[in-house]
Formats: sequence, C-alpha cells, structure tokens
Amino acid sequence: MEITALLLSRLQFAFTVSFHIIFPSFTIGLAAWLTVLETLHLATGRPAYRVLFDFWLKIFAVAFGLGVVSGVVMAFEIGTNWSDFSRMTGPIQGVLLSYETFTAFALEAGFLGVLLFGRPKVPPWFYLFSTAMVALGTTLSAFWIMINNSWMQVPVGYVVENGMFAPNDWAKIIFNSVVWSRFPHMLLAAYLTGAFCVAATGAWYLLRGMFIAEAKIMLRMGLYLAAVLVPVQIIFGHLNGEYVVRYQPAKMAAIEARWHNEQPASEVLLAWPDVANRRNLFAITLPPPWGSLIDSDSLDAAEVGLDSIPESDWPPILIPFFSFRIMVGCGVLMLALAWVGTYLSRKGHLARNRTVLWATFLSFPLPFVATLTGWFTAEVGRQPWVVYGVLRTADAMTPFLTRGTAMISLIVFCAIYTFIFAFGIFYIYRLLRAGPVGRLLPPTAVLPNRPLSAVDRPDAAAALVRLPAGE
Amino acid sequence: MVMFWVTILAVSILLYVLLDGFDLGVGMLFGLASDEQRRHAMIGAVAPVWDGNETWLVVSGVILWGAFPVVYSVLMSAFYLPVVLMLAGLILRGVAFEFRSKAARMRWIWNASFVGGSLVATFMQGLMVGALVQGLPVSGDRYVGGEFGWFSPFAIACGIGLCVGYALLGACWLVRKCEDEVRDQAYRLIPYLAAALLVILIVVFAYALAGDFAVMTRWLDRPSLFVFPVIGMLAAITLAASVHRHQDALPFPMVALIFVAAFGTLAISFWPYMIPFSITIEQAAAPHSSLAFMFWGEGLFVFPLMLLYTVISLTVFRGKVAASTDHY
Repeated sequence: MEITALLLSRLQFAFTVSFHIIFPSFTIGLAAWLTVLETLHLATGRPAYRVLFDFWLKIFAVAFGLGVVSGVVMAFEIGTNWSDFSRMTGPIQGVLLSYETFTAFALEAGFLGVLLFGRPKVPPWFYLFSTAMVALGTTLSAFWIMINNSWMQVPVGYVVENGMFAPNDWAKIIFNSVVWSRFPHMLLAAYLTGAFCVAATGAWYLLRGMFIAEAKIMLRMGLYLAAVLVPVQIIFGHLNGEYVVRYQPAKMAAIEARWHNEQPASEVLLAWPDVANRRNLFAITLPPPWGSLIDSDSLDAAEVGLDSIPESDWPPILIPFFSFRIMVGCGVLMLALAWVGTYLSRKGHLARNRTVLWATFLSFPLPFVATLTGWFTAEVGRQPWVVYGVLRTADAMTPFLTRGTAMISLIVFCAIYTFIFAFGIFYIYRLLRAGPVGRLLPPTAVLPNRPLSAVDRPDAAAALVRLPAGE
Repeated sequence: MVMFWVTILAVSILLYVLLDGFDLGVGMLFGLASDEQRRHAMIGAVAPVWDGNETWLVVSGVILWGAFPVVYSVLMSAFYLPVVLMLAGLILRGVAFEFRSKAARMRWIWNASFVGGSLVATFMQGLMVGALVQGLPVSGDRYVGGEFGWFSPFAIACGIGLCVGYALLGACWLVRKCEDEVRDQAYRLIPYLAAALLVILIVVFAYALAGDFAVMTRWLDRPSLFVFPVIGMLAAITLAASVHRHQDALPFPMVALIFVAAFGTLAISFWPYMIPFSITIEQAAAPHSSLAFMFWGEGLFVFPLMLLYTVISLTVFRGKVAASTDHY
C-alpha cells in the first residue's frame, strides 16, 4: 500500500480515536459506579462504601484526565486533517459536537473539581449531586457522540447547499432510527467495562487475601451487574445488525465474508477471507438458513454478496470480518463468566473458587477489546465513505496536506500518547496494587510536601491506618 | 442569529484567554519555583479549576465549527502544525496535574511537562493570533498558503508576547491565591513581566505599522478604537499601584482588564471579517437551520448554565489556597 497523506491521516485518526475511546468507555461506567457508591454510603452510612468510593475516585481521576486530553485532540484534528469534511459537515456535525461540549464536557469539567477537591468544602448532598452530574455528563457525552456518528453511518435530514450539508430536519437527525440501538450498545459497553474492571479488582484482592470486605462487595456488584447487562447487550448488538443489513449492505457482506448473493444464506463462523480470489479459505460454515436467520430474522431472506457491489465501494474485508468475530467472542466469554460467577456467588462458593476468581481477574481486558473491535467493525466497515454513500473519505481530506506534515503529526501523537499511556497505566496499576486504604488522615506535618491532588502518594497511603470495613 | 453566535464565540474565546491564560501562566512560572513546597502551592492554585478553564477552548472550537464551519476549516487546516503542537503541549500539561502527584522518582518529568507544555501551548496560540492579524492567504473558502503560510517574524513576536502576557496573568493569580514566598516571588516578577509585555507590544505595533498591515488602516480609520488602549492604560496604572501597595486581590482583575482591552481592540479591528480580509462573518455563517437549532438549546439554556458552573467552581474554591490545603 502506498503511503499517502490520506493513509497517514486515516491512521492518525484511527489511532487517536482508538486511544481515546478506551478512557470514556471506562470512565462512563466508573462514574455511574461512583454515584452508586456515594448514594449507598449516604443511605446506609457503611464506611466500606466510602472507602471504595475514595479508592475508585483516584483511578477515575487518572483515567478521566487521559480521556479529556485525548478528547480535546479529536475536536481539532477533524479540522486539521479533514478540512473539507469539516467545512461540508460543520452545519450538522459541528452543531452536534457543540451540543456535546455544551451539555456534557462542560458539566463534567465543572463538577470534576468538586469531586476531586471539594468534599470538605461542600455539604454531602452537593457532593453527591456533583458526582451524579459528572456521571450524567459522561453519559450525555456518549449520547451526542453516538448521534453524530450515527449520522455519518446513516445520513438523514439534510440537503446539499453551496457544497455543504445543510440540516433541514433536526428531529430526523436526532431521532435517527439507528441511534436508538447504537447509543444503548455503546452505553452498555461502558457499563460492562466498569463492571468487569471492578469485579476483576475484587477477584485480584481475594486471590491475594487482601481487603476482603471491599473485595467481596466489588466482585459481587460487578458480576451481578454483568450477569444482567451482557444478555441485554447481545440483544442490542443484534439490533445493530439490522441497521447494517438495511442501510450498509457492503459492510454486512464484509462482516460475513459473503462473496455471492444467497437466498437463503449460510453463515460463515470462521474463515480466512481470500480477497484476491473472492473466496474463503479454511471456512467453518453453518448451512442455510442460518445466515438469513442471524442477519434478517428470517428463514428465507436474500442476503447481499460482495460481488453485487462495485469493488470501489468495498470496505477493507479483513478488518471488519475479524474484529466482529473478536467482539462477539469477548461477549460470549463475558456472558459465561458473569453467569457462572453469579451462580457461585448465590451458592456462597465464589470466594473459595480460585479458578473462577482467576478467570474473573484475567477478564478485565475483555470489555476493552470488545469495545475497540466493535468500533473497528463499525468504522472500518463504513469505508470508503466518511459520510455513508454521500462523501468519500478521500474527498474529505485537507487538500494541500503533504505526506511529510501528516507524518510529523502522526509521530507527535503516537509518541506522546504512548508516553502518557505507559505512565497512566503504570500509575493506575500502582493505585490498584496499593488497594483501598482508609481515610484516617495523618497530621499534615508528616507529609510536608503533600501534593494537592485527588490521589495520595502510595508510600504515604501505606502509612495510613485503615478504617474498619463494614463486613 | 449570526450576531448572537458571533457574540457567544467572542465571549467564549475571551473567557478561555482569561481563565486558561492564568493557569497556563502559572504553568510557565512553575519552572521558576525553587522547591517542592512552592511547586505544591502553585499547582494547588490552579488544580481544581484548570479542567473547567480548558473547556472554553473546546467550546470556542465547536462553536466555530458548528456556527462558522468555513472559518473553522480554513483556520484548522492553515494552522496545522501550530495546532498539533498546541495540542501536544496541552496534553502534556493536562496529564502532569494528575501524574505529578503519583510519581515519586519520575516527578521531574511531569514538572518539566507542566512547564514545557504550558509554554508551547501558549506560544502557539499567540503565534496563530499574530498570523491572523498579518493575514492568511485564502481563496474562495479554502486556505491556500501551504503548510508554513503562518510563519513570520511578526507571528513569532506575538507568540512570545502572549507567553509574557499569560505569565503576567499567572503571576497576578498567584498573588491572589497564595501566601508567603510564592506570593512574594510573584510580586517581584510582576514589574519585569509588565515591562517586558509593554516592550513587546511596542515592537509589535511598530512592526505592524512599518509592514503596512491591512489591519492598521482600520485603526487609523476608526479612532474610537483608541478607547481600548486607554482602558488598558488605566488598568495598567491601577495594577502598578496595587502591586506597589501589595493589595492581593486587585492585580488579577487589572491584568484581566488589560486582556479584555486588547481582545476588544482585535475583535473590533477585524470587524466585519472573521478571517481578515477575506471571509466575513456573514459569509462564514452556517445555514440558518444550524444556527437556530444551536440557539434554542445551547444558546438560550445551556450557555447560561455553563457560566453558572464556572461561577460555582470558582466560588467553591475561592480564597487563598494555603489556608485550605490541610484537608488533604
């Protein structure tokens, strides 16, 4: 593949958006979890909830910081690398993103300071309110982003005027039918990410025999939530498939590696798509009508094959094909784990079952992998269009951008993101390893250089005395 | 509708300059702090509010994109490298707030990121404003100046000027928020920073006059513009007096007033252009349906709410920092 400014710009956007999405999907779930903990703490007065709140707030702070800085980049990158796109879609996408910034970004940023530094300065109800506002902000943010992205997938409610997409029906844009399966799908992904990270942390502490009371709360709450949400998520995933079949046949054909029209259709479970020869190698296939059933809920529906679509309109085949299968695989593993774990927990055996504890501990990457591969499926599958069926990615780029400049910015972002990601993960790991320590404060004289931040230094934290936990 | 969004955009940019201006300024001055105690106090003076401050940059960006897409597309593509470097600076500075407190041996990296990031981000912002004043080559609704069309000695001088300006804003914020050595050091810096800013302003003005910039004719055509320099001058005198008398609360609003005067001068000398002198506000505006949709939701309801959040967070964290750090 020739290295062009276009390819470099696509790589840069893919890299920065993939990096960014990890953090919101984590913090949306965590913010909701923090709100639950603070509510429980106020309602029951049990110190364990407060200990857990303070612990997860530190992790939230690091992840949120990484999410914010990488998110700021995205808003500007659209203008730098994709100036024709930003000019043409500004009247719709700029407006939607401005709603995101106004309603969500500002809400989060406005109340985050209170969350991190304000507990001693505000009454408890206002502190809970601030926590809930941060959680609401993260959720609203996802809502507007999904409306925006759904418009790129299925553009509606516009006319083309002076070379711009001018909105003529905002209701259609916001109540775009695909939003209402895609937004819940994203939100559930975020809640599952939070749930599995919390459960995995609990399992880790139980395996190490530490922070038993808090660990049990985390493990139980995380797994119970996942046991309920994973099946719901699978239903919404299936509903998403319906819009792809209806509006984006090329993406569907690529996901299924279906080369020819079929009626009723078979279903490729696993294969190596051989794009040059338009066939699948090593295919494991379910016979008809499984393909029709899965894609269209019907025993005899016709499914479109790639050879009835001009090759210039094909997305890259391999990425959507494999990323979709990885996402589904992660979903199945999460379902099995959540149900087994919940069953054992109801029986009262979970804390002693080291196999399941290990599996739960090791499960924390699954929701991240599932979210990322889900995005790859949706976004790479949208190619070669940036606005599906209307504007090609190649026509959206900044016209005079050269390979050299695009390369410089790609290197700058890769280097900085790798650098801050490595440290961010290291600091989160260190916080997790230190565990939920109590709130008994040392005299300030002990720590003269104590930084004003949400998070204590681990060495200082180790010196603190733990509060007795509730259980 | 167009007027409404121009006004909101101007207010957002001005709020960004004043609010993130002081925390970027503190970031640059952070490099001068000689021990961990002072660095701790300086970070404490901005940590609870910087995130909210930076929001106004994104707010300005998305108003520009949604309400004036042509200008957004021209500016972002024209300033490709400065924007990338500004973002790089903001990223490093932003993570430094959280990471610094978690680091032990590596803390120097985040201290350096905090200073360097603030410096680079500020310099790039000043550079872009300078290049815009000098004029960008635009044809139709596209920028045509190539990747280094923004480069000029004038733009560089404006970059340096903004660094000094934000540092001055930061020093006055420290005077307001801190006590003891940090405040005293800030007091000692203010006269130097103010003098340096004055020198740069004179140089920049002379350069623009000598270079016969199109913006300059506006100045000479519109004598009413000189009301802003007069306001700035009065604010500068009050600043000098308050610094002399060590009235902690006054210097910050006075420097802020100087910035408001400078901002007003620029905004009105551009009028009615958004990119002088090629794209006017009317030409740049998005279709009415976009502006109206923005107006009825975020303009009428959310924007006042955002101002309220800003006031809430500045109120919750009002007062001197040193007196309120012991809760940690």
